[in-house]
Order: sequence, then structure tokens, then C-alpha cells
Amino acid sequence: MGRYVLRRVASAVVTLWVLATIVFVMVNVLPGNVGRRVLGPFALEDDVVRFNHQIGTDRALISQYLTSIKRVFTLDFGNSYQSGEPVKDIIVPALFRSAKLAVLAFVITIPISIAAGIFAARRQDKVADRAVVNTGLATSSIPDFVTAAVLMSVFCVHWKLGHVFADPPPGTSVIGQLPYLLTPAMALVIAYFGYIARMSRAGVIDGLQSDYARTATMKGLSKGQVMRKHILRNSLAPTITVISVQVGYLFGGIIGVEKVFNYHGLGSTIFNAVTSHDIPVLQGAVLLVGIVYMLSTLVADIIIAFLNPRVRLEASR
Amino acid sequence: MTTAPAPATTAALAIEDLEVVYTVRGVDRAVLRGVSFSIAPGEAYGLVGESGCGKSTTAYAALRYLPANGKIVGGHVLVAGDDVTAMTNAELQRYRATEASMVYQDPAQAMNPSLKIGRQLIESFTLLGQSKDEAEKSAVAALRRVRIADPERVMDRYPFQLSGGMQQRVVIAMALACDPKLLVLDEPTTGLDATVEAEVLDLVRTLRHQSNAAVLLIAHNLGIIRSLCDRVGVMYAGRIVEEGPSHEVFDNPQHPYTVGLLRSLPRHGVRKTERALTTIPGILPLIGSDLPTCVFVDRCPLADDTCRQVVPPVVNVGSGDRWTRCHHPDRIPELVEALPDAPIAILAPSERNPEVLELTNLSKTFRQRSTDVPALVDVDLQLAEGETLGIVGESGSGKSTLAKTILGIESADSGGSVALDGNTVAPNTSGRSTDDKRAMQMVFQNPDSALNRSWSVRRILLRSVEKLTGIKGDAANKRVEALAAHLRLTPRHLDLKPRQLSGGLKQRVAIARAFAGDPRIVVCDEPTSALDVSVQAAILNLLADLQSEEKTSYVFITHDMGVVRYLADRIAVMYLGRIQEVGPTDEVFNGPNHPYTEALLSAIPSVDGEPSTRIRLEGEIPSPANPPSGCVFHPRCPRVIHGTCEMIEPPLLEVSPGHSMRCHIPIDELRRLQSKN
Amino acid sequence: MSDSEEFVPRHAEIVSSPGADVYMPNTDVPRTVSPPTTPAEIDLSGAVQVSERQQARRENWRLIRRRPGFIIGVLIVLVWTICALLGDRITPHSPLDFRTTPHLSPRSGFPFGTDEQGRDVLSRVMAGSRDVMKVAPIAALLGVFFGVIVGMLMGFFGGWLDNVVGRIVEAFLALPVVLLGLLAVTTLGTSSAVVIGVVAVLFTPVVARTVRSAVLAERDLDYVTSSKLRGESSPFVMFREILPNTSGPIIVELTVRVGYAVFTVATLSFLGAGPQPPSPDWGTQVSEAFRSISAGIWWTTVFPAAAIASLVIAANLIADSVQSVLEAS
Repeated sequence: MGRYVLRRVASAVVTLWVLATIVFVMVNVLPGNVGRRVLGPFALEDDVVRFNHQIGTDRALISQYLTSIKRVFTLDFGNSYQSGEPVKDIIVPALFRSAKLAVLAFVITIPISIAAGIFAARRQDKVADRAVVNTGLATSSIPDFVTAAVLMSVFCVHWKLGHVFADPPPGTSVIGQLPYLLTPAMALVIAYFGYIARMSRAGVIDGLQSDYARTATMKGLSKGQVMRKHILRNSLAPTITVISVQVGYLFGGIIGVEKVFNYHGLGSTIFNAVTSHDIPVLQGAVLLVGIVYMLSTLVADIIIAFLNPRVRLEASR
Repeated sequence: MTTAPAPATTAALAIEDLEVVYTVRGVDRAVLRGVSFSIAPGEAYGLVGESGCGKSTTAYAALRYLPANGKIVGGHVLVAGDDVTAMTNAELQRYRATEASMVYQDPAQAMNPSLKIGRQLIESFTLLGQSKDEAEKSAVAALRRVRIADPERVMDRYPFQLSGGMQQRVVIAMALACDPKLLVLDEPTTGLDATVEAEVLDLVRTLRHQSNAAVLLIAHNLGIIRSLCDRVGVMYAGRIVEEGPSHEVFDNPQHPYTVGLLRSLPRHGVRKTERALTTIPGILPLIGSDLPTCVFVDRCPLADDTCRQVVPPVVNVGSGDRWTRCHHPDRIPELVEALPDAPIAILAPSERNPEVLELTNLSKTFRQRSTDVPALVDVDLQLAEGETLGIVGESGSGKSTLAKTILGIESADSGGSVALDGNTVAPNTSGRSTDDKRAMQMVFQNPDSALNRSWSVRRILLRSVEKLTGIKGDAANKRVEALAAHLRLTPRHLDLKPRQLSGGLKQRVAIARAFAGDPRIVVCDEPTSALDVSVQAAILNLLADLQSEEKTSYVFITHDMGVVRYLADRIAVMYLGRIQEVGPTDEVFNGPNHPYTEALLSAIPSVDGEPSTRIRLEGEIPSPANPPSGCVFHPRCPRVIHGTCEMIEPPLLEVSPGHSMRCHIPIDELRRLQSKN
Repeated sequence: MSDSEEFVPRHAEIVSSPGADVYMPNTDVPRTVSPPTTPAEIDLSGAVQVSERQQARRENWRLIRRRPGFIIGVLIVLVWTICALLGDRITPHSPLDFRTTPHLSPRSGFPFGTDEQGRDVLSRVMAGSRDVMKVAPIAALLGVFFGVIVGMLMGFFGGWLDNVVGRIVEAFLALPVVLLGLLAVTTLGTSSAVVIGVVAVLFTPVVARTVRSAVLAERDLDYVTSSKLRGESSPFVMFREILPNTSGPIIVELTVRVGYAVFTVATLSFLGAGPQPPSPDWGTQVSEAFRSISAGIWWTTVFPAAAIASLVIAANLIADSVQSVLEAS
């Protein structure tokens, strides 16, 4: 098991490096004079040149790249072009805010979706199953900002149950923050229910049709016992993988929801960094998202290895 | 039947007029059309038949386990008087836990891959009401009963860590946990190596005699049925067409189908030089097809109008226990007498045709992450023109690697060579000339994966013709048509896709493709293992014919000793990548043999009831990555000479003209030892 | 599915000479191999048409057609396609005409109400379909095209190529896709070409992954080995042998990608990276309107939002139908 984990970590580090490279490439290959973008069209040319020199964009590309990578691995993200503050001070709080929303969304979504998937799988091709699948299909097709906007309209404005600005005021207790976070979290639940439920359903259907489930039934176990003792262990792997992929997305990709509810998570941070061409913040935030994604897939793989003895025993040879 | 049926309460299993349908796309398709038989306690009954006959469905129906779209629409299943077909779910659970058990075809898949063996086995006992501790003790005892040497260690393992034979023994242990009244075995040894299979069958035989369970054995291998079962029922298209004591049915079949089936097997050591195998015209009906009155009428040589209009009665034949379902059982003797005439021109053993293939010092080592696996070690073989060299061996023997190395799919290690007509060819197919490529082709085991399912038959053949011979356009098309005709494929077949063809037809296409460039050598890797027996006979006949016409040589890989005896002129026996014995077929089969060959030959249960010489090998086949020292066979060899065999690997020496062996024991000594049996 | 005849019992050959009940065995393959001697083989399974493979394809198509999901999906796509093609010509009012009273709630004459500039929302929604329909399908097609090539190369060659490209693919999956699209658009401009390009580049890795798995499943099958024994070149094996067998998953992926393309394009324009106001593009409309929700003006947001949702759902319904039928066959 230990060797397996080590190998996965090494692989994640490599991917992270590739990630940093891609960001660097995108930022530098795309046309545009950084200094000009940051300081605006009315700034003096001299100031632009000085700025560019200060941040180093007039150096050779390779040297910039190496510096960039070095900084990534020392977790030194530098200072924002826009505000001058350390990037860390901007992105870490944003990370926490995203984390709060993500955790709340997952705590609600995961049990409901997995249960719905199991429910549907046991009634395969019957009405209940079709209902679950089609609902999942429909809800996950709707872009998150659409769901967010509709939910906001219904819950926050019409019924006045939630808050239009979802950032809870500082100092609110954990319980107190719930009403603020609940509506945007619901938007996320609606968006992700479909994926997770369908994966869970597929896994359980595979399990139900497997030979080992047949053996368990023929031994004389009841349907419930077969499901609990045999099928669930083996059918959760793909679901866990799907969930781990969504985690990364929940941190950096839900800009739509964040915008609608004016919630300053990592997505908004990245968005602002993009529009103001604030490269250090952009790089830092994107890398942070990347790290979260790598971590979540790593944890998922470890859980899967734990559930599947073949993976962990063969990998450690 | 003139005798009154035995009272239901004395039979351990009584299936009465069972009808089962599968609902496909809204239509009910009949799978079992009124199956009736009974098994007394302590008796073993075999159900035999080819694909689609419904034998597996019957087995599962006995435990009332049918797929979601299957249902029992008529008849009863009575186990010790209880009607399984009428049980509630709770009763059914109790029935399965305490009275009936099943052993499955694929033991690896049948067990939960993420639970330890111990836990799965203990479950079988806790279901009987035992406490956890009791169950654990029972589990260890059960493993000992199925001859697993180190039960505690095995309990702690996962299924994938055990070999096939061990896995099946665990499944048997789970099945016997409740001391069932009915034990059903569904193809329990398919997929196991011959020597392992022999051990498992021995185990089943022993355990059977220790308990009073009624045994229902499903198999397509008639030899297994004969060696294990008292009575046998022959199934065809969802009906039992003949039933009786197994040796009687196999020695003296009384139904046209059984006659055809038995005649299509290479029995009694028949060789291709004696006669062609008989085949049954037509094809097996697909499961669930609509069939007229007699299910066999469309393929039966004895069929007449009565057969089409009136359902054939059950007719008692011979002594009380035998019956057949036929209108004309009296005409069976004519069927039996008419034998196909003698086939092909043979190579007189004295005239040696020129050598077409020579393998010298051929080795292949696979480099894996940490270890090197020597899959092939120092193989020297020769193949003459028009000759068939049979290669037999179990898993790890290296026979597939041999095939791949000859053809260049894998490159042999340096130091070894493959020579065609005396000229060395490049080790990898990418380095070979087109002429070399067309001279050596392959027929694969599984026709489904061997033919590109998106291509039509015509395109498959056309491409091979174009690529191997360089002929294009109209000339190529004409050649394709000639090729198809040569292999008895009609023009209509050419426009079909592989999935629209039956297994036998697909294999014909595969053979046609191999012959597209007039090859000198065709490597056949288990070409009939995936086919039904009656279809196999046609393919073997076809291969023999093509060989006599075109003087093609075959390297014929198989695990079926009957088939290799029929088709091969010479046989090579491989074990762990090395040739242990090679020689003319008759000599190899008559003995004296290398101890491994001896064990292989005695492992195969024969449908002719010939007594096997009861050599049983202990232990498992070692992994090729860790071959034993000295003679690789020494840990399992019943004739091992301690002190010599572990230390020195014997060379392959000629012990009589054309016959070589790799053994320290001199041939005369072997002859003496082996003739005692 | 019908099966073909293998060997036919030659009923004509059962000869019974007068007085003797001699049975002539029906051997199938005469011991000397020669073309069939019977003029017409008796086909017990019925006439098998030459165009059987076309029949199988037709049958699949028929099955897909009958699924309610498919029908609904196609209807929706049809409605929006017509709106996109005919645009201004069929809208009740001009989408840019802001002479009406602003913020009228839905009523007769303005079934979707009017927005803050007095424009009829229904007309704008209908006209806005053009922007999406122009961009999304092409972006999806391009993404699938390149994804197939990359995925095929990865799956077929494996080895270091697979490892290296696999890492890059995984990195792309970790990136917040939309935001990188945003980055590209802010630097390169908001023209359709840019959006198409960005979406295509972002989709390629995802499609490559799917295609790679499909290729891996085929690569070790015997027909591939057989083609090597013939000396076929790698491109031939990849694109003439393996690719046709992966067409099922590729088609499903294409339809799914169209849905995602609509999704992504809408999100990009919501974030300001698409057609700028006063364009009636749906995402743009939502981005202008959503802040008015707190003032109780919901129709300017909900209707364009529902339009987006309907198109994505339609694409997914079609994809699901295609996948179910292909899985079953």
C-alpha cells in the first residue's frame, strides 16, 4: 500500500508541474503586453516599461519559466499586480470560502445521490429508475449559473429564505452561516446530483449482474444482505472517482454560482485575476485549484485501493 | 413407459415437465420445453449437450435462479418432495442455504474479489445458524476436506491470489457446507488445466461417495460425464432426447443426435488417416427458436413426414432404465453402420518431405518490471511439408509464446532462429518480406475477436489477398470468390458481417483468410476450443482436406488430446517453456512416455471409458517466472530421482528414431515402469 | 438476428432404392473439396438479404427513433434551429427595439415580458439561439475530431507517448476550464472563431480520454494481431481497422460534447466573454439581467436561462438515447 501511495504522489507532482507549465504557456503565449494591461491604456509608456521590468516580463522566456516553476514549488506566489498584497493573502481566504461551500454541497449531495443510484439500480428499467435517471440528466444539464439564478429568484427573493449576497458577515457562527450558504449549495447539489447518481447506479447494476452476487444469492442470502455485504464494496469505485473529479471543479469552476450570489470563492478570484491580467494571483489561484484536484483524486485512489485488494496488493510488488 | 414412475418422495431431485421461457423484446422464447428427469439420493446424473440446449438453464432452474427475463411457465421442481417452484422468497432462501448448493463454471468470478476467502466461507456456515467461532472452525475443516494443505493461510487470502484449481476447491467447500441434498455442478472444470481438472474431478468423486447428495453435473465434455455420472441425459433444444446409464448411452446411443454427437468426436484413438469425422448437417438452433414437433427433425438423417407432424414418443430401449425420444429407434443401427469413407492421402512415414520450418535454439524471455520471465527456453523443432505438428501443454507451457515467436508477433531472444525453407527469417514480422508473411499465417482461438466486426467477409478476405499476394482489382475479387468456394462459403456469406455468422462459419472465414496467400505454414492456436463438438468436427475435416490439397504444414496447438491424436502427425509436449517430449503421434500415445506426458494422458477422462492409468500430479503448475531448478518438472514428477533431477536439467535426447525426450530415466526403464499399469 | 446456414441436409440425396432401406449418409464436406454440387442450397432460415448489414443499421436507427427522450430532444433542437435560421424574420418584435416600456411583466403581446431597456424578451430569446447554434456544434465537432486523433495515438501506441500525453490531459482536467477559456478570450477577443477554438482546445483532452479507453479495448484483440501478420501499417490499423469499431462511443461522446459546448459557451458569455450587449445571446442576457432578480424582476433572467437549459437537456437526451441503443446492440 505504501508503495502505491508513493507512486501516486509522484505522479501527482508531475501533473502539477505540467499544470504550472500550461498556465505559464497560456499566460505568456497569448498576445498582450502585461504592463499595458495592468496599468491601463492611459498609463505613461515609461511607467509601463518600468513595471514590466519590475515584474520581469522583459526577460527571456526560459528564464521567466524557470523562475515561475521555482516559485511554484517553493509556494512563493509573489504579490498581486493589482493591489500589491501578497498573493497568499488573497487566495488562501478564498480557498476557505470555497471549501465551506464545497463541503456543505457534498455533505448534502453525496448521500442523496448514492442512495438514489442504489434505489434506481434495484428497480432497473422500471418507472422509478427512469425517473431518477432522467431527473439526473435534466438537472445536470442545466448550467450552474442558471440554476443559481432561478434558485435565488425563488428562495431569496420570492420566499425570502436565503440571502442574495451569500458571503456571511465575518464572525458569524458556523450555524449562523448556514442560511447564507444553503441556497448556493443547493444550486450545486442540483447540478451534481445527476452525475453521482448515474455513476452509483451503473456500479450497482454491474454488481447485481455479477457472478459473485449470484453466488451470494445462491448461498441463501436475502437481497438486502447481498447488497450490503457484497455489492456495495465492489460497486463504489467508479462513484468515488466521479466525486473526486467534481471536488476540483467545486473549488475553481463554479464561477457562475459565485457570481450570481456574489460569493468570493476561488472562482471569483480567478475571474478577477483574468480580467485584470493579474498574473501572480491567477497562477497562484489556478495552482491551488490544481493542488486540491490532485489531492482529491489521490485520496479517492487510496480509498479505492483500500476497497479493492487486488489494486493494493499487486501495486506494491 | 410401462413401469410406474418412482414415487416423488424418494427422489432427491425430480424435475417434472419443466418449461422455461426467456422474454426477449416482448416475445416469449421457449428455452426448456418440458424437461423431466429424476435423481435418487447418492446418485450422479449428467446433463450433456451443446450450446443453446438449455442444460445450464435447467441447472439454475433447480435452484430457481433465472435471469430477470426468465420465468417458469410450466412443470415442477421437487427436491425431496418440496416443490421449489412454489416456494415463497423466504422459503427459497432457506432452501438454498440448507438443501441445495451449486458449483460454478468460473470460480474466480464466482467469489467476491474484495473479501477474504475466510470471510466468504464462514458466511456459508453462519447461514446455518453457527456462531462465528463455530463457523470458523467449520471453515477450516471444510478446506481440509477439499484437500487444501494450509487452510489457515488460505483463509487469509483473497480469491485472486489463488490458482484456478484452489479457487474451485474453495467454491466446492462452500457448496458442501450445508451438506446439501442436491449438489449442482455447472461445467466445474471448464477453463482449468488438464492436470488440475483431473484433481478436481477426483475430489468431486471422493466427496460424492462420502455424502448422500444427489449430484447434477452439467458438462459439454462427454468424458467427464462418463467418469463421474451414473446416468446421463442428452439435451437438444430444450428437451432431453435420450436418457440412460452413462456407459450404455455412450457405447450404444439410441437417438440420431446422440449418434451424430458421438461420431463427431475423435474416439477410440482414431486418426485422420483412417476416416473423416462425421458431422451433423445443419446448425444448432438458437436458444428460444420456434421448432416443430421433433426438435431434431431438421438435421436428422432419419427424418420423415411422421417426424414433422407427430411429436415423437418416449420409447423404452434396452433394459428398463433407458429411453429415447424418437419415432424410429429401430433404424439407429443403419446410422451407426454407415461410416464416411477414408479421407486424405497420407504421408507415408518413411518418406521425409522437405523441411519447411526449422526452429533452432528458440527462446523468449519477457522482461517485466523486476523479473524476467522465460516463457520459451531452447526450443528445437522441425516441421516437414504437409505435416501437422501438434503442440500440447497446460498454462505456462509456452505454447502461445511459441506460436507468436514463430510468426514474429513477438521477437525471439537473440541466439535463436526461425528458418523457413532453410532461410532464416527476421525475428519480428515487421522485418519480414511479404513472401515470408504470406508463407506463415495464423488461425486464432476465438473467431469473434479474430475477425474485424465492422468489416464484411468479402472485405476481410479481399484485404488479405491484396496485401499478401499483391493482386488487386477484379483478379483479387475472383480470387476471393474462389477462396470462399473452396471453404464452402457461399457468395451470400461474403456480404455478411461476422456477427451474422455462426461460430463455425466465422472460423471458416478465419481459415480462408489464413489461406488467402497460399501459405506454407499455418499456426492454429486452439482453433476449435471455442466451438461446439459437432462444429469442431467439420472444421477439423476442413483443415485436414486443405492440408492434403495444398500440402500446407500446421503447427496445431491444443489442449484436447483426442483432437491432437486425430489430426497431428507428430506431437510435442511442452512444460514451462521447454519441450519435454516430441515424436510421432502413435508412439507418443502408445508410450512409453515422459512422466509429464504420462500424467497428461491419464488426466483426461475418456468418453470411451478406457481406464486411465491413475497418475495424479500433486501441487500446482509453477509460475514460469520462478522455474524449479534442474528438471523443471521435478517437484511434481511421480518418478523423480532424488539427487539427479533437482540438480541437472536433462537434455532433449532422441530415444528412438524421430522420438525425443527430456528425462533422466532411460527409455527402457520408463517402458518397464509404465507397462505395469 | 438471423443466422446463416452452415451445411444443408441434402434431402434430395436420401435415396431409397426399391426394396432396400439403405440409408445414404448426409456428409457435409465431401472428402474431395469441390464447389457445392447442389444447384441451390436449401436455406432453412429463410432468404438472407445481401444488405443485412444495412438492415442492422436501419434497425438501430428505428430503435433510436422510437425512444421518447430522443423525440423530445430532436424537437427542441429543431425549434431552436428554426429560430436560429430565421432569426428576426419570425420574432414578434425586433430584438433590438427598445421603444416599449421597460420591465413589463409577462402579458399578452409580450409573453415573456420586456427587459430593462424595453425590449421584448421573447424576441430576444428566439434571436439569441443563433449565437449558440453557430458556435456550439462546430466547437464540439472540432473537439471530437482532435480528441479522436489524440486518443487514438495514445491508446494505440501506449508507452511513453501515452504517459506524457496522459499527464497533459490530466492537467487540463484539473484546470478550471471555463476560466482558462476566459483568459484566452480576454486576450484574443470575443469573436466566434476564438470561442470555437477555445472550446475545441478544452474539449480535446476529455474526448481523447474516452477514445483512448475504447481503443485500448480493441488493441489487444486478435484481428489487430492478424493485420500485423499481413504487414499493415500503423495508420491503417488505427483508422481503418480499430476506428470503425469505436464509432459507437465516439458518436455518443459527440452528442454529449454538443451539450457541454452549449453549456460552456453560455457560461462564457455569462461571464462577459461572449457576444457583447446589445446582442440577444442567452448568456449575455442572463449576465445583464440577474441582478434585477432581487428587485422582483425574474422574467428577464428565467426565460433565457430556461432556453439554455432546454438546449443542453435536449443534447443530453439525444446522447442518452443513442448510448442506450448502442449498448443494447
